[in-house]
Order: sequence, then C-alpha cells, then structure tokens
Amino acid sequence: MPGPGQAPGKMSKPRNTKKTFKRLLSYLGDYKPQLVLVFIGILGSTASSVAGTYLLRPLLNNYIVPLIGKQNPDLTGFIHMIGIMITVYVMGILCSLMYTQIMVRVSSNILKTIRTQLFTHMQDLPIRYYDTHTHGELMSRYTTDTDTLREMLSMGLPQLIAAAVSMISVLVMMFIISVPLALIVIGILVVMILCIRTIGGRSGKLFVEQQRNLGKLNGYVEEMTEGLKVVKIFSREQILKDDFEGINEDLRQTAKKANTLANILMPIMGNLSYITYSIVAMVGALLVIGGTLDIGAIGSFLQYTRTFSMPVSQISQLFNSILNALAGAERIFNLIDEEPEVDEGRVTMVFAREAEDGTLTEIPDFEGVWAWKVPLDDEGKEFKLVKIRGDVRFEDVTFGYKENKTVLHHVSLYAKPGQKIAFVGSTGAGKTTITNLINRFYDTNSGSITYDGIPIKDIKKADLRKSLAMVLQDTHLFTGTIMENIRYGRLSATDEEVMTAAKLANADSFIHLLPDGYQTVISGDGANLSQGQRQLLAIARAAVANPPVLILDEATSSVDTRTESLIEKGMNKLMQGRTVFVIAHRLSTVKNANAILVVEDGQIIERGDHDDLLKQRGRYYQLYTGMFELT
Amino acid sequence: MDKRLLAFLEKQYRKYAILSPITVIGEVIIEVYLPFLMAKIVDVGIPNMDMAYIRRMGILMIVLAVIALLLGVLSGVFAAIASTGLSKGIRKALFSKIQDFSFANIDKFSTASLITRTTTDVNNIQLSFMMIIRILMRAPVMLICSAVMAYRINPSLSRVFLIIIPLLAIAMGLIGYATFRKFKEMLTHYDSMNKSVQENLIGIRVVKSFVRKAYENNKFLLALTNVRTTQMQAEGRSFFIFPVLMFFTYASVISIAWFGGRQIMVGTMHAGQFFSFISYSSQILMSMMMIAMIFVSIILSRASAVRVMEVLDEEIDIKDNPDSTVQLEDGSIEFKDVDFSYAKSMDSLVLTNINLSIKSGETVGIIGGTGSAKSTLVQLIPRLYDTTSGTILVGGHDVKDYALRTLRDGVSMVLQNNVLFSGSIEENLKWGNPDATHEEVVAACKSACADDFINSFPEGYNTDLGQGGVNVSGGQKQRLCIARALIKNPKILILDDSTSAVDTATDKKIREAFSKYHAETTKIIIAQRVSSVIEADKIIVMDDGKINAIGTHDELLADNKIYQEVYYSQRGVA
Repeated sequence: MPGPGQAPGKMSKPRNTKKTFKRLLSYLGDYKPQLVLVFIGILGSTASSVAGTYLLRPLLNNYIVPLIGKQNPDLTGFIHMIGIMITVYVMGILCSLMYTQIMVRVSSNILKTIRTQLFTHMQDLPIRYYDTHTHGELMSRYTTDTDTLREMLSMGLPQLIAAAVSMISVLVMMFIISVPLALIVIGILVVMILCIRTIGGRSGKLFVEQQRNLGKLNGYVEEMTEGLKVVKIFSREQILKDDFEGINEDLRQTAKKANTLANILMPIMGNLSYITYSIVAMVGALLVIGGTLDIGAIGSFLQYTRTFSMPVSQISQLFNSILNALAGAERIFNLIDEEPEVDEGRVTMVFAREAEDGTLTEIPDFEGVWAWKVPLDDEGKEFKLVKIRGDVRFEDVTFGYKENKTVLHHVSLYAKPGQKIAFVGSTGAGKTTITNLINRFYDTNSGSITYDGIPIKDIKKADLRKSLAMVLQDTHLFTGTIMENIRYGRLSATDEEVMTAAKLANADSFIHLLPDGYQTVISGDGANLSQGQRQLLAIARAAVANPPVLILDEATSSVDTRTESLIEKGMNKLMQGRTVFVIAHRLSTVKNANAILVVEDGQIIERGDHDDLLKQRGRYYQLYTGMFELT
Repeated sequence: MDKRLLAFLEKQYRKYAILSPITVIGEVIIEVYLPFLMAKIVDVGIPNMDMAYIRRMGILMIVLAVIALLLGVLSGVFAAIASTGLSKGIRKALFSKIQDFSFANIDKFSTASLITRTTTDVNNIQLSFMMIIRILMRAPVMLICSAVMAYRINPSLSRVFLIIIPLLAIAMGLIGYATFRKFKEMLTHYDSMNKSVQENLIGIRVVKSFVRKAYENNKFLLALTNVRTTQMQAEGRSFFIFPVLMFFTYASVISIAWFGGRQIMVGTMHAGQFFSFISYSSQILMSMMMIAMIFVSIILSRASAVRVMEVLDEEIDIKDNPDSTVQLEDGSIEFKDVDFSYAKSMDSLVLTNINLSIKSGETVGIIGGTGSAKSTLVQLIPRLYDTTSGTILVGGHDVKDYALRTLRDGVSMVLQNNVLFSGSIEENLKWGNPDATHEEVVAACKSACADDFINSFPEGYNTDLGQGGVNVSGGQKQRLCIARALIKNPKILILDDSTSAVDTATDKKIREAFSKYHAETTKIIIAQRVSSVIEADKIIVMDDGKINAIGTHDELLADNKIYQEVYYSQRGVA
C-alpha cells in the first residue's frame, strides 16, 4: 500500500542535502551533451521572454511615438523592429520545445536506472532487512519517492533554473530602466520573502500534525474494517459510527488549519505584486513628469513587475518540492546502499553419476544423484565431489533475531539421511527459527551447522537453497497461471512434470475443477483460492523442485486431516531416501516421523520417535494426551 | 467529480463553499481593474502633468490592491473550511456505509482498498474541490473581465482575441486528449509494475528459497520498460503545452504591437492603453491555461470520486427489518430446501438442497473436509448471508422476519478468523453485552476456561490487548472469543473451528461447562477434531456442499465412510 494519504505539502527534509544532490548529479552525468542542450534551451527561452518585453520600449519610443499624427509615416523601422521581436520569440519557443522534450527523456531514463537498481539490489538484501521494514515503506520507494524525484528532474529543476535566470535578468533590466523604481521592487521582494518564510514554516508544522491525525484515522478504519464481521455479529455498528465522528472531526480541524495557511500564500504573493504594480505606476508617472523617465520605460517596467512576481512564488513553491524530492532520493539511495547478503561460500551443487565403487563424476543432466563440488585449493581448480545425502547437524547453535534476545540456546541436533524429522512445540518456541538457519535466511551467533559434513557457511547460498525445497507457513503465490506458479519450483519443468507434482500434492483434482484448469490465472496472491488449496499448490511447487531435502513448515495446517493423509502418501513416494523436516501443530501430522523433537523456549527438551516419547512420559506425552496446551 | 458527492457537504460548511468563489470574484474584478487605472495615469495624468490626479489614482490603486489581498486571503480561508468540511462529510458517509455492509459486501472489498478510499481518495477529492471553488471560478471570471476591459479600451484591437482564444482552446484540447490517452495506458503499466514489486516483497522468502532472483529481475524489468516508455510519451506530450502557450502569448503581443502601434500613430490609441491592453492579453491567456489545468486535476480526481462512489453505491444485499417486533423465542433451527451460492447463481451452488432440523438446546457437531461448506452453512443462521433459495427458520420464524439486531443478539457466533480489538480484555468481552456486570464477565470467562489465564496476567481483566489482540496466544485468543460470545447469553451459540488451538483437555472442559451452564442454548460446533464433537446429540457430515449423513458418533462410525476415514486418521490423538 502506498503511504496513506499523501497530503499536499507534506514536508520531509533530507538529512544530507548536499551529498544526496551530488549523488543525483552523478546519474545526470551520463547525459552531459543532453544537459548542455537543456541549459542552452532554458537560457534561450528565458532570455527571449525578457528581451521581448524589453523591446516594447524602443518600439514605442523610437518607432511609434515619433510617427504619431504623421501623414504617410515611414513604417520600415517599425516593421524591422517587429521582425526582430518575431525572431526573438521564435527562438524562445524553439528553445523551450527543445529543452522540455529532452529533459523528459533524460529523467525517464534516469528513473528507470534507479528503479532497476532498487529492485535488483532488493533481491540481494538479507531477510533480516525485510523483518525491520514494512511492505508499505518499501513500496513507497518505488512509487511516491521515485515519482516525486521524476517530477523534480523533468519539471522542478528546469523550472527552478528558468525562474532563477528570469528573476535575475528581470531585476537587472529593472535597474537598467530605473534605479529608484527597482529599489521599490526590492523592498517589496523582502516583504514577500518574509511572508514565505513565516507562513511556509508554520504550515509545514501543521501538515505534520494533519498527517498524524490522518494516521490515527487510518489505524481506526484498518482495525474496524479488519474486524468488520465481528462488529456485525455483535451489532456494534452505531457505537463505532459515534467513535469515528470524534476522530474524523479532529482530522478536519487540523486539515482546515493546515490548508488555510497553504491557501493564503498564493493570494498574498499575487496581490503584493499588484501593490508593487500600483506603487510603480504612481511613482513612475511622477518620475516621468519630473523628467527622469520616459513613457516607454514605464510601460516595460510595469510589464516586468507583473512577470517578476511569478518566478518569486515559483521558487518558493519549487523549493519545498525539491527538498521533498531530495528527501525521497535520500531514502532511495539508503536502500541501494544497504549492505547485501554476504556469501563467501564456494561449494556448489552439481548433478553426479555414482559408479559401482562409489566414485562420483559430474554430469550435465539430473539422473537421481546430487553432489557437492568442494574446491580443494584457493584458485578453485581442484575439486572433490561429495554425494548429497541430506545429513544435517546442529552443533551447539545459539541464535537471536535481535542482539541480547536469544531465541535458540545451545541447540544440537542431527538428521540422518532419509529421516523424517519433526519439530513440535508452542508458537515462538523456535521451530521455524531452526529451519531459517538451515537455509541461511539468518546466520548463527555461535555454534555450527553442517550439511553432509560441510559447514553450510562454505556452501554458496544459491546452491544451498536449491538443495532445500521449502513450503512455508504463509503460502505465497504470484500473479500468473497455476501452471506457472507450480513451475516456479523448477523453471525447466515440463507440463507433464508439473502435473505429476500436482497429483502428488493432491492438488490435481481441485485444479481440474477450476474454469481453465492449469491455465487458470490467479491474482492477488491467490485470493480466489482457499487457504487449503493454496497450501496444496505450495506443496506441488516444492515437489516439482525435486530437491534432496524438504522442509515443511506448517505446510498442511489448513488442510483437513483426510486430505493431509492423502498428501502424505504422495509425499512419501517423493521423499523416499531424502531428508524431510516437518513443523506441525497437529500431532497426527508428525506421528510417523523417525524422530520427533520437542522444542520449548529455544531448547530441544525431548527427542525420540512417537513410541519412545510416549514411554518417556514427558512433555510429548502430556501434549499427546491433551494434558498440555500448545499455544 | 461526481455531483452527488456534494450532498455530503454539511449545512454549516455550505455557506463557505459559496463565500469562497464570491470573494474570489471580488479579488479578480479588482485585479482586472488595476491595469485600467494604470492606463488612466499614463494617458491622462502624465500628458496633463497633473500630479494630484496621479497621486489620487495611485493611492486608489494601492487601496484596491490591499482590498484584493484581503479578499484573496478570505477566499483561501473559506475554501479550506469548505473543502475540509466536504471531506469530513464524505469520510463519515463512507464509514457509516461500511458499517452497514453485509458479509457479502465485505467479501467484495479488501481492507486495504477500503482504507485507501477513506483516506487517499477522499484527500484527492478535497484537493480538487478546493481548486474548483477557488480557481475554477477565478479563471473564467478573469477571462471574461479581462476581455470586457480589453474591449472597452479598444474594440477593434480586441478582435485579435477572437482568433487567438479558439485556436489556443483547440490546441490545448488536442494536447490534453493525446496526453490523457497515453496517461491511461501508463497507469495500467504502472499498476502492473507495482504489483510485481508487491508480490516480490510479500513472497520474498519464496523467491529466496527457490533462488529466483534472475527470474524476478527479468519480470520486473519488463514491467519497468513499459512504464518508462509510456511515462515518457505521456509526459512528453503534456509538455508541448509550454511552447504552445508561449507561441500564443507571443503571437498576441506581436499582433497587438503591430495593429496597436499603427493605431497609436493615427491617434486612436494611447501608449498607456497599449500597455494595459498587453496586460489584459496575458491575463486572458493565463486564465485559459488555468482552466485547462483545473480540468486535468478534475479528471485525475475523477478516478478517486469513482472509487468512493463505488462504496457508497454498493447495494446492501441484506434488507433489515429494523421495526420488526418478532422476538426470538427459543434456539430451534430449521433449514428447508436451502441452496446457497456466493455468486447468487444456481450454476455455482456452494450448498445444495440442505434440509435440517435442530431442536432447542441440542448440541450439534459438524465435520467435513476443506471446502465442504461447513462455515457457509452456519453463517446462514444469523443471516450473515441470505439463502439463494429455500428458507431458514430460527425459533419458529423465518430469519428474514426478525430485526437483524434481535436475531444476532440471540445467535452468537465465534468466527474461524476471529478478531480482538485494541483495549482491555474487559472492554473486549463487553462487546457481547455493554451492560454486563463484572460478575457476568467473570462467569463467562470461567465457562470458556479463560478466567485462569486472565488472572495470571499482572493487570488481570484490565490487560491491554493491543491491535488485533497481539498480546495473547492463539489458544487464549480463541477462549476469549468464546467468552465474548457467551456474555450475550445467546439462544444459539455457533463455534466455527474455534478451539483448534486449544488443547484437548481444555476443549473438553469448555464443552462440559456448556452442558452444565448453558443447557438451554443450542450449540453448533464445527471442528476438525473428532474429539470435539464425539458426544454431540447429532453430528452432521458435510461433503462438497451437501449433507452426507446425520447421526450420533456410534451410528456414523458404524456406517459412514467419510466419518470413518476422518476418525481413523486421527485415532490415538485423543
């Protein structure tokens, strides 16, 4: 979800304006020739408008006034002057056309580069990063932040330059025409700047307050909409409507105050310029009578006073939006600079063929055996192959998601090849954490984990993860057909292989009932499927990946026990001779595991198969007989 | 913007919505009048060397400009009051409407989309309303006044505008049309880019565990390239407006200089008039530009207005009988030939031909696989959905004859995905009955086996739950929800898989409490665990939207295949 309620004039200031701006300029650096043209264009179009107004004075003084009342006036000078004006204007229009079109292209390309960097970099970030940043926050890097940045590049920056150029040149022209009148304009300019500073500063604070109230309202609507069905069951509608009224009124109050200040800035600026206009007209006329000014000059000067107020208020507005855009750019750069997942592993996974005597040779296509390719020297020329059997061992592992808050304490465990290992325990006991360490979503604080005798830190992360197919607690599907979603497990899988996997996961039957079968498009994370059906698809996806080790984290929690036992039969076929880790709440799911590990408070308190554990009369026995509640 | 939205502008804000444009008009008239006075100074004061006249006119101009400033400020204040008043009214209407939604209506809109509609969309409407009352009035008034003044100064010269205004209008229209078409195309690409980022974020663990970085990058790049191309085209087209506007401004200056200059030479025009004429011409062109900009912003906010109206226009498909006096006598339930479809079509029935009769005070268990429509069946009882065909009688009357409040007060339901709200435990429990005494609350908690753990919290019943009840575990949450439902002292209690995270022993204790303290209440229990329904008076086996069998545990175990399978798959697991 994009940032809720992007209010106009929402202020955020970059922390390090200079550094961010410099970094932004480095992106612009790739477009030097275009930018030179843009700069020339801005200068040309501003100059033409300033010059055009200035030319009205000689036109009137030299070519019109002298001809007043003459019979058959000589118009050649007049026509010549008009000709010059047309040339100047045409130049200005062409310049403006050129720089606006070039800048659009430059800014779109820069934004594409930035978005690509954002996305590719995001793929390399550790899971830990995602734990501490909300989706809404990350999404706004792609939407609000990049869009304000694009607007600043394509419009804001050129406009700022144009406004500055025209302000300075108009001011210079004013001083050339008449110093006393120009000083009056400077006086009013000071008043304008004071207005901008006081009003702008106060309205900034009020918009922050409005944002806070909007957040409150947002939170209330979210909680009550999330629980709307409960609201209805308890007939609480009227009470909520009354509560909402208070929150709504608070928001209105602050929104009114903030918008009032924002609204009055423009009329104040505009009319201050009219006040200047009036003063200039009066004083100018008096100066003409005094003989220090001519009629043409007063005309041009008045025209300049009108044009002068525009760049001033433009700059005041642009300044805020540019600061805003730079703040967004800073957030974008922070994400791009975020430390990526480190991977110093050098062991890779390969397909292998096993000879009679047990020696392994690497082969290009899968024939049923995987091997770790372990480099024997630093250059990576000599290798040895180790057969992947799925032997996973934890040696005294301690881990915490946050510093000072340990979740796993001195955990040691082993999974022998081909075993089904189950974890049982309360929510928060550390079951999922154990699996998160196996695939290196997180790294241990101390202790070691080995996989077929190789420390997992030495295995390349991509290969380690390819060797483990995971079905996670929360199933996630992607927009696309069912076929594509299952194939996500292994992109090279044929249609037949996908369907075999679906049958294995017992998903085939419901897929056939969908309107387009395997070609049915699912959207919105599979919102049109039930939780149970989504789990079946996730299992099929893992099955098609065909990995040496499988991790099922509450993979069948939303599937009824009958369907679950059907899946289990299919999975047993698939997983023959492979190691499986199962996390489940339902004890019936784990009953036939080779080893059941009872996890409590980050420690493994019992280990054994179902019968052993029942004999031990410990926690498992209590759980099993319903004497203890899993939470 | 949809005119119907204006109905939500409450009375106390209406006058500001009118005052704001009126003050704007005052401001504009003064602004237009000023160049006229200036022309007087130049053309009358200067040639006559009349210092007093110049001073008088000059001071008049300054006073008028100050008045214009005050009017402008007032209009800004009024517009802020009116537009924030409007947005408050719309938010109120939206929230009320959402509260009136039926379950079927709720299913249609996601929470996120409802939030965006009450915040971002309403904000957009507020902004564009503010622009309409301030600038949409300002620009045409400015245009007309400037044209009138220009005409008064020099009727023949003002014919220039007869050519320039229509040409500019056509040019702006063409640019607007071309831009808007591309813009719409861009938005669809933009959405799909956002979707691909969002899916990636949500599924990042899947992406990482299947090592699909390259695949995802390619998918994103494809969407991104489309966004880049269309955005560039749309923006490129819209930027044509700048040189075009320059062209028309310069064209009018040149024509005025040419024709006006000639008129000055023959004495039909003065120099001051010449300059004020040029002032007016730039005011006319600026107001044209402003009108165009407002149209764009209205069009952009139209999408928001449509999304808001979608919610407000949503038809509530359950018609309440708020004045019905029919009372719920007992907890008997009867389904007569009930068919149900979420899509309200006989082609996609979720429940087919349900006939069922439950006596008051009975305990009924419901068992069935995923998707067998167990939850759907019970949701029809408190009329959370209406049947597609057939009738349901509760307490001897058709559910449609009750006032919804009466029916739902009598039928308490614990949903599968249940929610607790921020606030203390006691506050949450009193949702069932705001007038309940503390003793009643404690009694309900004892029945639901929640009293013990609540007392183990340092703050007891005053423990704050946090949004969504994050401070309690799954099993505790389910027991609180059961207690909340019991406080209503309902005639019918429905538990939809509500003890799945509760251990079997506690589950059993709760059921014992039910039969001891709530013997009069009809209890319907949907469960995955056979143990939860084993001693029910009758057990309903659901399969694929149909009743497969009804009977006691022993009967079903003897001859029902589905029940046997479920039972044996769980056997041993107490």
